[in-house]
Amino acid sequence: MRPPRTEAMIASLATADQRSRPAPFGNTLARLAETRPEIIGMTADLAKYTDLHVFAAAHPDRFYQMGMAEQLLFAAAAGFAREGFMPFATTYAVFAARRAYDFIYMAIAEDRLNVKMVCALPGLTTGYGPSHQATDDLAIFRAVPNLTIIDPCDALEIEQATVAMADHDGPVYMRLLRGNVPLCLDEYGYEFDLTRAKPVRDGADVLFISSGLMTMRTLEAATALQADRVDAAVLHVPVIKPLDEATLLAAIARPGRLVVIAENHSVIGGLGEAVLSAAMRAGLTGRVRHIGLPDAFLDAGALPTLNDRYGTSTARIVEQVKSWL
Amino acid sequence: MTKTDLSNRQAVIATLERHAINIRDHAIRMAAVQGQGYVGQALGVADVLAVACFSGMRYRAEDPGWEGRDRFLLSIGHYAIALYAVLIEAGILPVSEIESYGADDSRLPMSGMAHCTPGMEITGGSLGHGLPIAVGMCLGLKRKKNDAFVYNLMSDGELNEGSTWEAALSAAHWKLGNLIAIVDVNNQQADGPSSQTLGFEPLAAKWSAFGWWVTRVNGNDIDAVLSAFEQARACPGDQPRIILCDTLMGKGVPFLETRDKTHFIRIGEAEWDEALRVLHAGDRL
Amino acid sequence: MAVAGRSAASLNDLAEMARVNRRDVARMFMAAGNGHFGSCYSCTEIVTALYFALMRVDAARPDWPDRDRFILAKGHAAPTLYSALIRRGFMPEDWMDEFEVKVGARLMTHPSRRYQPGVDASQGALGHGLSIGVGMALAGKIDARDHAVYVLMGDAEIHEGSVWEAAMSAAKFRLGNLTAIIDRNGFCVDGRVDDVMPVEPLADKWQAFGWDVIRLDGHDLTALLTALAPRRDAIEGRPRMIIADTVKGKGVSFMEDVRSWHSDAISPEQYACVLEELGEGGA
Repeated sequence: MRPPRTEAMIASLATADQRSRPAPFGNTLARLAETRPEIIGMTADLAKYTDLHVFAAAHPDRFYQMGMAEQLLFAAAAGFAREGFMPFATTYAVFAARRAYDFIYMAIAEDRLNVKMVCALPGLTTGYGPSHQATDDLAIFRAVPNLTIIDPCDALEIEQATVAMADHDGPVYMRLLRGNVPLCLDEYGYEFDLTRAKPVRDGADVLFISSGLMTMRTLEAATALQADRVDAAVLHVPVIKPLDEATLLAAIARPGRLVVIAENHSVIGGLGEAVLSAAMRAGLTGRVRHIGLPDAFLDAGALPTLNDRYGTSTARIVEQVKSWL
Repeated sequence: MTKTDLSNRQAVIATLERHAINIRDHAIRMAAVQGQGYVGQALGVADVLAVACFSGMRYRAEDPGWEGRDRFLLSIGHYAIALYAVLIEAGILPVSEIESYGADDSRLPMSGMAHCTPGMEITGGSLGHGLPIAVGMCLGLKRKKNDAFVYNLMSDGELNEGSTWEAALSAAHWKLGNLIAIVDVNNQQADGPSSQTLGFEPLAAKWSAFGWWVTRVNGNDIDAVLSAFEQARACPGDQPRIILCDTLMGKGVPFLETRDKTHFIRIGEAEWDEALRVLHAGDRL
Repeated sequence: MAVAGRSAASLNDLAEMARVNRRDVARMFMAAGNGHFGSCYSCTEIVTALYFALMRVDAARPDWPDRDRFILAKGHAAPTLYSALIRRGFMPEDWMDEFEVKVGARLMTHPSRRYQPGVDASQGALGHGLSIGVGMALAGKIDARDHAVYVLMGDAEIHEGSVWEAAMSAAKFRLGNLTAIIDRNGFCVDGRVDDVMPVEPLADKWQAFGWDVIRLDGHDLTALLTALAPRRDAIEGRPRMIIADTVKGKGVSFMEDVRSWHSDAISPEQYACVLEELGEGGA
């Protein structure tokens, strides 16, 4: 059997048979910019891979290419914000979290500046290796005061979150999915809210708590588990900071359910530890399991292989949940 | 230069020298409150600050956030004591606030922070931040068609930081003629003389190669510094500008000028009074 | 294949090794379905000259302390390095067919010391290699060894401030044993380097930062052999910068100087064209 192709290493997430929308972030930003003259777009030589090229084509005089220099990118964004603009600055999540952390922390967050940081390749979304896999961005950014952190599930949520970011006054970091992004949330009913976790499926036996693209997988897993007469709920947490503890704790407190936290991030410092710490402080106990990427430099390889290996694929989620029940 | 021009210029210089002495005085008094601090730097850079801030910088004392102001970024947060002295001299902060330097809940923390002090544009401390922030501000000002200048004061040690060079490359590309960078070249950083720590010469050649207009002057000669600022402001064309100022740490107080380990000075109580006495004894105006 | 000395016969051998390198790269990218063709092909002659004529290395001892070191700071050109290491005997040829996709593949998008004997530094993020090279060169001087340290960077890579930090320290520490090379192929992700963030005048910048600078045609093996020769008796002195003007995608007509081949998918039909242009036969 021929080994699976990687497609392009920075591929779109959607497979050919999935419903999807193209460049939800870039298209939404381009549209928003028509009525909001303070919006500008900036990148560090990654417009093409963060969908900012869509914005650049629509508004070339509002697009600033800063070259491959991430510290400059975010500090200059701070400078723009000080002058009354609303910069959307893009790069890969790894470079924002690691190379530019000091500048984001001090130049942007400390002064609570209105900079929107939109960063691609969250967690495990490429086989490029640890230099490009942001398994640690949430752990790093959760420790930044004043910062709002978004981990969106799908194309619909990215569109809504982009608008919400622009309406919010203060610094925001959003993990970005680019290219053709799958559509899985209810486009007629779902409403993103910067302060709320969102129940998207109810169930009596299992409570999945997930964020970002993992919610797509937990929803798929919940459907698959039905065949085994396991009734699974999904609580989607698109906003990692500030964490909607009220909704989370109420859901966890509901008796009789195995709680499974699933995230596209290291098991260290992300959604899982945030939720577990809140539950502990509230005195909640119960059966909890945590699915995430290991505390390790990830192997290279095709994404389907790696997701199976690390237990983060839909099939492996289903398998693990059945073994825990 | 005509005789009138010459005497006008001499009057201007005399005024600036007065400002410089006042800046030094305020800095010494503030440092005395805590018994220690970056007073060597403040003394060394006082002449540069006097010229930068009092020879044509646009500001309104009663409205430090005035949109038409020239922005002055203190990238070297630890020089806050010097900028506070300037803000007092400019009437933006009251003289009485000297007592609060470095105290709890004070508006004058030891390392400059934007949200604490009117007139403090950015939060320093980390070093290497001011120039890239300035790039963004300059771009923003151009978008708004605001012809204000952005000044950014850096230290020679700070030029070790790679972010400085990212900004340098970008500023020339974006033709930021509204950006005036100043480097306090005093050849001292935390671990010793800069020339030994990383070495930065030839300085002017580096900035030229990065596309900047460059001049270098004795930073304690107000006449020379004034000429440099006049040229930098008037320079036609759209290159970003940089003024390299060679200064002497502790300038104005001879026993501090010659002291070793001037990066962070601890001074005994009696020495503060002596410093003020010596400063004003040297005042020939 | 052993290559020694710099006779005319050796130049032909080197040109042949460069052709083999390009074929190997295409083979790896075909296994994966896509790759950084442009970035690999612009530096083929540089890497070939280093590994087959100039560098002192021993495939039996990848950690030999006296070896010359090579850091591929532009890590996405890894297959060019992999081919050189394989043809010099550090790794088996069949590893090429695992490239990126096979479970347990040892050859991946970016070089990794964890899996690849002969690789001196794991890379991928850009802007790291020169700093690592400074550390290695400094260690070499402290140990009084005469090995050379080579660092190959991309031209947009020098936007990264960390490169200038390393540049300053190399001059300060007088690392005459350090040679950096810029693969000036003119392109980065978002377009021409001159449009994204121009870098000229390059020689002036590096000279002002205390380096000796040579500028040459990066596909001219004769010029490369002279400029890159190890300076074993001059390890104390100004570090050396070679600015190599190159063509992205060099060697395959439909890839030369075309931005999209920075990283792109390859079909079996295109692969056949590539092989045809690069001629038959391996090593």
